[in-house]
Amino acid sequence: MTRTGSYSGHARIGIMEALPWIAAIAVFFLLPDYLSLGARIMIYILFTLSLDLILGYAGIITLGHSVFLGIGAYAAGILSVKLNINDPFLQLIAGSLMSAVFGLASGAVILRTKNLTLLMLTLAITAIVYEIGNKASWLTGGADGLPGVQVNPFFGRFEFDLWGRTGYIYCVIVLFVVWFVVRRLIYSPFGAMLTGIRENTPRMHALGAPVYQRLLIVYTISAGIAGIAGVLMTQVTQSVGLNVLTFEVAGDVLVMLILGGVGRIYGAFVGPVVYMIAQDLLAKQFPEYWSFGVGVLLIFVVFFARGGILGLVDKIAARGRTP
Amino acid sequence: MTDALTVSGLRAGYGETVILEDVGFSLPGRGSLAVLGRNGVGKTTLLATIMGRTTWHGGTIIYQGQNIERLEVYERCRRGIGYVPQTREIFPSLTVEENLTVAEAPGKWTLERVYDFFPHLANRRRNGGNQLSGGEQQMLAIGRALMGNPSVLLMDEPFEGLAPIIIEGILKVVETLIREEALAVILVEQHAKMTLRVTQDALVMSRGRVIHSGPSAALLADEELLARLVVAQ
Repeated sequence: MTRTGSYSGHARIGIMEALPWIAAIAVFFLLPDYLSLGARIMIYILFTLSLDLILGYAGIITLGHSVFLGIGAYAAGILSVKLNINDPFLQLIAGSLMSAVFGLASGAVILRTKNLTLLMLTLAITAIVYEIGNKASWLTGGADGLPGVQVNPFFGRFEFDLWGRTGYIYCVIVLFVVWFVVRRLIYSPFGAMLTGIRENTPRMHALGAPVYQRLLIVYTISAGIAGIAGVLMTQVTQSVGLNVLTFEVAGDVLVMLILGGVGRIYGAFVGPVVYMIAQDLLAKQFPEYWSFGVGVLLIFVVFFARGGILGLVDKIAARGRTP
Repeated sequence: MTDALTVSGLRAGYGETVILEDVGFSLPGRGSLAVLGRNGVGKTTLLATIMGRTTWHGGTIIYQGQNIERLEVYERCRRGIGYVPQTREIFPSLTVEENLTVAEAPGKWTLERVYDFFPHLANRRRNGGNQLSGGEQQMLAIGRALMGNPSVLLMDEPFEGLAPIIIEGILKVVETLIREEALAVILVEQHAKMTLRVTQDALVMSRGRVIHSGPSAALLADEELLARLVVAQ
C-alpha cells in the first residue's frame, strides 16, 4: 500500500487509501450488531497509529505506550466524574493535551538514551504511573476505577446510544481527522527527516538536523494521539480503570502493529482489525486458550511475513508483477 | 585571506583511544587542502573530528573565528560545514529528491541548482536511494551536502570504489566546487596525484600526526618526496 518512510511520491491520496473508510462505512450499515466492537477497533487503530509514528517512522522503541492511553483515558474520566465537565470535545482536547504534555516531559528525559536503556525507561515510567493511578484513589478511584463517566450529546443532539451507533461514527470521524494529520506529517520533509533519523542518526546529525528535538516533537505528537485514543475509550465505555495503564495493553498494541506492518501507516489499520477479530472469534471458540491462537498468528507473521500482513501483501503483489 | 578553518594541537579519537595527536593546519576561505596518507593514519578521523563525530581530547578547531570543538554535530553543519562521508550514507528508503531535501538549509544551493550541477540526479529524482549505482550515490552524497549550503566542504575519499570514467566526472565536479563555487574544500584521498592536481595545499599524515604540509604543486613536482611520504610509509 505504501512504501516505508517516503513522502514526495505519495503526497496525493490514492484510490486504495479510500478502502479503510469504505469498509468503515460498510460496517456501519452491514454489521449493526458489531458497532461496539467496531468502535473499539477504531480506538485501537488510533492507538496503533500513534505507536507507528514513533516506532515505525522515528525508530523510538517503547514498551510503555499504554501510559499515554491511560493518561488520556483518566483525564476524560476525572473531568467528568470529579469536575462534572462532560463536553465530549473538551474532554478530547484536555485528554490529548495532558498526554502530550506528559509525553514532552518524559520524552525530554528518556529520549536522551537509546536501545535497552530507553526500553527500560519506558517500562519504568509506565510502572510508576500505574502505581500512582492505583494509590491516588481519591482522584482515580484506585483499583475500582472511575465508573459513571458522562458524555454530553454531540452538538446537543446526538447521544451515545445503547447500540453504539453514535460512538462508532464519532470514533470513525476522529480517526479520519487524526489519520489525515498523521499522513500529512509522514509525507512531509519532517516525516522524511524521521525516516532519516531511524535509518542513520549520525548522518542526520551531520546534515544539520537537531535529532533530539525532532524525536521529542514526534514523541509528543504520538503521546497526544494516544491520549485521544484513551479519551475515546473512556467516552465509549463510560468508565475508566487501571487496565488501560498496564504493560499488557502496551504489549497488545505492539503486537497489533507488528501484525499489520511497522512503518507503513496502514499497518496500524490492518493489525488491530486482524488482532481484535481473531481475539473475538477465538475467545468465543476457546475462551481459555484464545491467546494461544494469537501467539500462533504472531509466530507466523514473524517467521513468514517480516513486514507484517501488509509486507506479505506487497511481496505477493511484487511476485505477481514479475514476468 | 581570512582562514575558514584553523585547527591546532588537535587530539581526538574514539572513547579513550586517541588517534589524532597534535594535528594542526589552516584552510583559507576558498582554499583547498588535500589530506593524504596510507590507510589507517587518521585521515577519516580528522574529518570526523572536525564534524564532531569523535571524542575530542584537546586542541582547538576554529571556524570563521569561533571555536567549534565543543559544538554538537548538527550545530557545526548549520554553521556551514558540509560533510561527504566515505560510505556516502544514502538513506535507502528515501528517494533521490528526499535525500537532497531532508535537511536542506536556505542559500544559493537549491534543489534546481543541484540538479543543474548533477543532471543525472534530476533524471533519477523519483528513484529510491537503494536503487543507485556507486557513482550516482556519490553525486547524491555531494549534492546533499551542498543542499546544506556549506562554506567549508569535507570530502572523505569521494573516488573510492568508482570506475575510472566515473572518477573523472566526480573529479570535474570537485574542481568546479573549488575553483568556481567559492567553497573551501578538504579532500581526503588515496589517489594522491589526482588530488594534488586540484588542490592548493596538501597535508600528509602518518600515525595520527601531520608529517608534511605545503603547497600541493610542490609536492606533486617532487616525485621522490611524494613517494616517500605517501607511498613508501
